[in-house]
Amino acid sequence: MIKTIKHVEIQVNDEGYLTDFSQWNKEIGEELAKEHDIEMTDKHWEVISWIQAQVAANEPLSIRGIKKSGVIDIKQFYDLFPGGPLKVSTKIAGVPKPKSCI
Amino acid sequence: MGKTKVRKMLFILSKATIENVYAAFIMANGARMEGIESEIFFTFFGLEAIQKKKLEHLHVATVGNPAMHIPTMLGGLPGMEALASKMMKKEMEKLDMPPVGEFLEILSDSGCKLWACKLAVEMFHLKEEDLIDELDGILTIGDFYNRADEENTHLLFI
Repeated sequence: MIKTIKHVEIQVNDEGYLTDFSQWNKEIGEELAKEHDIEMTDKHWEVISWIQAQVAANEPLSIRGIKKSGVIDIKQFYDLFPGGPLKVSTKIAGVPKPKSCI
Repeated sequence: MGKTKVRKMLFILSKATIENVYAAFIMANGARMEGIESEIFFTFFGLEAIQKKKLEHLHVATVGNPAMHIPTMLGGLPGMEALASKMMKKEMEKLDMPPVGEFLEILSDSGCKLWACKLAVEMFHLKEEDLIDELDGILTIGDFYNRADEENTHLLFI
């Protein structure tokens, strides 16, 4: 599927996740966040960078990983990305939706 | 993001075996991760999962559990339950499943409400200090039904 954000075409799957990370940039992330009514702050970006680094290092993402991340605690994570924090944050980060059950 | 049709999941946990406790925890956490509210009501033996002294010592059921694939008589031998539990916990650790205490912290931080059943607490002569700090309170079943009395709420007995 092709989606146009600010005149830029990006490739997404049917759930709206970017399928090609090279098409990601902060502006795209910001627009994706707006779709979830999230106004990005420095803290949001810090989490997004951490997620991208985890994915780049092939580390599975889970809520337990967030707890251990040292970047953010679970309460803040739910506050920053309401409505399913890992699902929402990975979409903004331009990485695949995590497959973990935990 | 589209709102889910299931708005709230309420779990009633009445057993203290590892397999039942983790079923409740994983489903309650999974609900939160999907943007669904969740709560767990711990009753009867389910209370063991929120007792500070007991929660890290839960076992899998080796007797009367055909899925263990060991003869029931063997399952009853001394040490068998502990051995099976140890093996199970090792496998769970490999999948990065948190131990019970840490899982309760995660649930609480995620906004999952944790309730103890008043009648069961009294039956087992438990005091509030015996129970985890993350507990949101001790409820009667009436209180619990009131919490369930909302549209698109589901209850699950485990």
